[in-house]
Amino acid sequence: MAMNEYTIALAGNPNTGKSTLFNVLTGLRQHTGNWPGKTVVHAEGFFTYNNNRYRMIDLPGTYSLYSNSADEEVARDFIIFEKPDITIVVLDATALERNLNLALQVLEMTSNVIVCVNLMDEAKKKGIRIDTKKLAATLGVPVIPISARNKEGIDTLLKTIDSMVLGKIKTNPITVRYSPEIEQCIEKLIPRVKEVIGDAYPARWVALRLLDGDMSLLRAFQQQPLPSVKEVSIYACHGPAKSI
Amino acid sequence: MHATVPQNRFEELMNEARALTPADTREQIVAAIFRTSQAICNETVTYTNQAKQYETEKLDRIFTSKLWGFPIMLVMLAVVIYITVAGANIPSSMLASFFGWVEGYLTLFFQAIHAPDWLYGLLVLGLYRGTAWVVSVMLPPMAIFFPIFALLENYGYLPRVAFNMDRLFKKAGAHGKQSLTMAMGFGCNAAAVMSTRIIESPRERMLAILTNNFVPCNGRWPTLILLSSLFMAASYTGGWKTFVTASVVVAMVLFGIVVTLTVSWVLSKTALRGIPTHYTLELPPYRRPKIWDTILRATLDKSIYVLKRAIVVAAPAGVITWVLGNIHIGDTTILAYLANWLDPFAKALGLDGYILMAFILGLPANEIVLPILLMGYLSTGSLTEVDGLRSLKQIFVDHGWTWLTALNMMLFSLLHYPCGTTLVNIYKETKSKKWTFVAFALPTSIAIAVTFFTAQLAKWFGIV
Repeated sequence: MAMNEYTIALAGNPNTGKSTLFNVLTGLRQHTGNWPGKTVVHAEGFFTYNNNRYRMIDLPGTYSLYSNSADEEVARDFIIFEKPDITIVVLDATALERNLNLALQVLEMTSNVIVCVNLMDEAKKKGIRIDTKKLAATLGVPVIPISARNKEGIDTLLKTIDSMVLGKIKTNPITVRYSPEIEQCIEKLIPRVKEVIGDAYPARWVALRLLDGDMSLLRAFQQQPLPSVKEVSIYACHGPAKSI
Repeated sequence: MHATVPQNRFEELMNEARALTPADTREQIVAAIFRTSQAICNETVTYTNQAKQYETEKLDRIFTSKLWGFPIMLVMLAVVIYITVAGANIPSSMLASFFGWVEGYLTLFFQAIHAPDWLYGLLVLGLYRGTAWVVSVMLPPMAIFFPIFALLENYGYLPRVAFNMDRLFKKAGAHGKQSLTMAMGFGCNAAAVMSTRIIESPRERMLAILTNNFVPCNGRWPTLILLSSLFMAASYTGGWKTFVTASVVVAMVLFGIVVTLTVSWVLSKTALRGIPTHYTLELPPYRRPKIWDTILRATLDKSIYVLKRAIVVAAPAGVITWVLGNIHIGDTTILAYLANWLDPFAKALGLDGYILMAFILGLPANEIVLPILLMGYLSTGSLTEVDGLRSLKQIFVDHGWTWLTALNMMLFSLLHYPCGTTLVNIYKETKSKKWTFVAFALPTSIAIAVTFFTAQLAKWFGIV
């Protein structure tokens, strides 16, 4: 039986142990280089689990995905245009509040998200307790407490990945509520967004970016061939992701 | 089959959105995200050791508070400079007397071997004296200033300074990260120009490059501190003297920052128009630095490095200056000839020909401006032995210096063109001869304008 290949993107703030997790999962099967046309390091690795093959992309560490920098654009474009099967967001347990900002932004872009709360050991030492079950219920996606450098929680993570690609997990990501003023604008824009770019992209998120006047997204869309709806589904299941 | 994105329709959509958009959309969006994160954390995170969690937050509430942030920064700067000035005087004098004592033996040695006068002049009066002055006036302040600065840095205070300054830079139309590159400029402008790579937007990066020079670097701190202590506080004694000296240096630094912001603001409204972009600055937790380790490293890395650079460049410069000062054309030396030629212009700026020449010859490195000036003065015949700071002041006074000369030299040093290394880096980073020239001409014009203004103002009020 042929193995299925799935793509996983790894997102997170800088210094959250994102690369440690990447190394734990992929071991030595890694390639590094640059993102095409950008001076941003691109690292990808492979691993297999339960008869599935995974291609894992370590996105640049960023605090947000608002395209303030080349790093942020690379991370954003990958999630939006390459549509990874799963996006893992790594959070620093000792600075959860700040790290959650990025997780919330990712959840606006895709619903196939697993949140890893890393550095649980350090948080424990500092007297920080995190109710990950409650966090999972609030965020509407699986939340796995891990300690990447002690290899704790990795098994649970792999099982969750497996369940998610097999469609056994139903996620229901939290929606960030904006000010009434912004919400009104979003409401007006969503039908127009769907009209222009179809269902291939998260309409609410695109509307927000438009309101933010994000010119780099406009450029990204112009460079991007828009796949027809039929192709999107094939693409998401089997197609090897192309570079941007 | 691929349907291409309907480009013009997408652009249309964008314009539509723009028409709807309230002015502070980004702030509203970010605020909503932050609020949500906070709400989630309140529900899911508990602390068993409350006090420990909030240490950093508590300190930040003080150090980065809107009310106290700036006064605290000012006090910190003043204290650091006060300690530097107060602490440097005695070791400076001791070093100077030590070098004077050695010079006596050197002279005896040269007499004993019947060395020709020119050799004695070149090696002892040119090379040795110049270098001795540099070491004795520059080493003590550096050995105090750099370790204190490094301690503040390792404690985690400097990122807070950047955080406070961020507001000002944004108001000036520049990138908040410019506060970081500016902070780096206090160490070395050449390195700071390279560090502007952290700024993504070319426009904001250019602002940071063009204005970096307005904060004093390693090479200029000693000049500012020395001139301030010799001339600005002359009528005070004891603790007051130190206090006034430190205040003048602090005022210089503040003036440099004001010029940085003003020039950034003017440029961002004219040649480099645009709106500042957002960024995130992670404030590391405060930690107690390894004190001795930091002091040792700062002393070895910075003080010795700067001193080495000063000596390596100053020694040949000393020789050249001595040669220029001792080769006669007709009845004047080349040095005197050049200085005289520059003199009328320099006088209008409240300086003199020798000072301006020292700045010109000092283009390779700011560290050598003062040594070249001293060697220039020494070569004019007023031979002063290296034996203490009082005689150093005498050299200046003998050449007609007043407090205005010192003030204007400090201002010129603060504002003039970047050193050769920095200019080379600016060219490498911008790949543009035009902008490199601007980086040279802009500060120079400002330096000339400011010193001219001060000099004329002082003359007008007759206070010199």
